[in-house]
Amino acid sequence: MSRPVQFNNHVKFEGIPEGYMGEGFMATNFEKVVSLARKNSIWPLPFATSCCGIEFMATAASHYDLARFGAERMSFSPRQCDLILVMGTIAKKMGPILRQVYLQMAEPRWVMAVGACASSGGIFDTYSVLQGIDQVIPVDVYVPGCPPRPEAILDGFMKIQDLVNAEGLRRRHSDQYKELLAGYGIQ
Amino acid sequence: MRFFLLQANDVNNAANYLPIGLQLLFAIGLIATIIVLSDWLGPKRKTADKLQNFESGIEIKGNARQPMAIKYFLVAILFVLFDVEVIFFYPYAVNFRELGWSGFAAVVVFVALFITGLIYIFKKGALKWEE
Repeated sequence: MSRPVQFNNHVKFEGIPEGYMGEGFMATNFEKVVSLARKNSIWPLPFATSCCGIEFMATAASHYDLARFGAERMSFSPRQCDLILVMGTIAKKMGPILRQVYLQMAEPRWVMAVGACASSGGIFDTYSVLQGIDQVIPVDVYVPGCPPRPEAILDGFMKIQDLVNAEGLRRRHSDQYKELLAGYGIQ
Repeated sequence: MRFFLLQANDVNNAANYLPIGLQLLFAIGLIATIIVLSDWLGPKRKTADKLQNFESGIEIKGNARQPMAIKYFLVAILFVLFDVEVIFFYPYAVNFRELGWSGFAAVVVFVALFITGLIYIFKKGALKWEE
């Protein structure tokens, strides 16, 4: 006897960017196409040091399924990654390592601080723990929680997607951005 | 049936494969164009930090491409040689009684050849580690 099979009927399609459409062609803004492609194929680099990493494993697994957002390609080399997810307590000795991994990521790159420790040091208000990773690298999205639920991580990821969508092609060449990087001593 | 084969014969000339050739050309051309375009249009930032080798973010310690002493190779290859010699003793040990004196003579010749080689190695000083 055949088993009843359920299909996912809630498939969400990305809207077509506005543009001029004719028979067999479409002309639109290059920036919009690039943003659309970028935000739906973010390759994450999980930098997991403690319990938030376990929550991220749940996020990436089948139930919460981060792959729905075009992010199934996890990588542990920064070379092809767009988004570094820093999950867990970053000790001060880990700071330069995190910074080096961030520096070696592909351009353009985004940073998500997941959980209280990565965002602010959390409960570890001690001499040995970095009080938030924004002391060493610029952070785009902070996800609160100790640890945050997978839903919260997904919400943060969608915020990153919004940022990527709004990024445009020129932001990283702007004086403001260069000033931000110079503030962290990054070339 | 004969009619069908005749038809196939007519189709099998070189000109009829032109569309397949064109499709191959198009496929290769498209991939090449996409790779070149993404390399050309993609944003880059070539700084000294980024172009360093990736060693999990840890400060790099020298280069992996260092010259190694030839002694490692010599010792390794000589070990393999004598190791294989010892492997040949196992089948001989199993058939020791059956092969008799003629088998013993063959093995003595075999071992003598290797011992000559070993003496040569020692004379040449290949196993002197400190030099």
